[in-house]
Amino acid sequence: MSADLQEEKTRRDAVLERLTRTSPYHRFIGVGFRRLGDELTAVLSYGDHLIGNPHVPALHGGVTGALLEITALTQLAWDDLWRRLEQGGAAAEAVYQGQGPKLPKTIDLTIDYLRAGRPRDAYARATVQKAGRRVAYVRVEAWQDARDRPIAAAHGHFLMPDGG
Amino acid sequence: MSKTSPPPAGLRDFSMVEFPHAHAIGLQLVEEADGALTVVVPYDERLIGDPATGVIHGGVVTTALDTGCGVASMIKKGGGASVATLDLRIDYMRPSKPGMAIKARCECYRVTRSVAFARGVAYDDDISDPVATAAGAFMIARPPEPGE
Repeated sequence: MSADLQEEKTRRDAVLERLTRTSPYHRFIGVGFRRLGDELTAVLSYGDHLIGNPHVPALHGGVTGALLEITALTQLAWDDLWRRLEQGGAAAEAVYQGQGPKLPKTIDLTIDYLRAGRPRDAYARATVQKAGRRVAYVRVEAWQDARDRPIAAAHGHFLMPDGG
Repeated sequence: MSKTSPPPAGLRDFSMVEFPHAHAIGLQLVEEADGALTVVVPYDERLIGDPATGVIHGGVVTTALDTGCGVASMIKKGGGASVATLDLRIDYMRPSKPGMAIKARCECYRVTRSVAFARGVAYDDDISDPVATAAGAFMIARPPEPGE
């Protein structure tokens, strides 16, 4: 890989880091993101304070719900940043200099719980099914050890910034 | 909560210290006279979603509503039942106000042999101006047989 390409990758990772690590709640529950190109995977790092019921023991459903919502919101925000980075020039430079996206707002979210979340790391990935000017529709899945055995799925509508 | 057991006989017996995540966010339960209950999560800087606004993250609202609806279902079913959330739909009306506790008034309005149906309203200072509403279905888990 050329030095320029490596620098570009490092700068893009820094943009993602700024987007996803400034929220105190993200840090509190231990959620971060890994990136392959424009595809993001959320990683919830296990901590004992995430347990809902110690008798099972299982992740709190609220934490699983939060992971899904954070993944959906972050994917939408990242798509906006990525588009500006791909434009290059002044648009990309503004993003590198710290111009963040205005964050979408959750309108509604339906969470389906499929299996108990075990006391270990969890992952999530979101797919933007419709990116409208005003409203986006996103599906999300969370899993632990096996990608084909999701612990929860969610879908929801999000109000886009400046979309009214 | 995804699952809760053993169930409380009533809220007076329900200590959050046993439940790590509820305890970690300072969640408290208050029993209402009409059989509903109110969850209270005090304002806490660790729970802020966007530091630019100081608004508590929606995940905390989800946690409050899931906990409240789950416990309301468990109490309504009674008899040693524990519950697991099947689904939860949350509608967000507005951001919560920075500096204020999140409250969620939850009730189980119907329970069958296997499933409980519950709903909740999250607010900060005025329940008629909600932050979010929720409706959920909760699977009733069989209490374990002795020796099982």
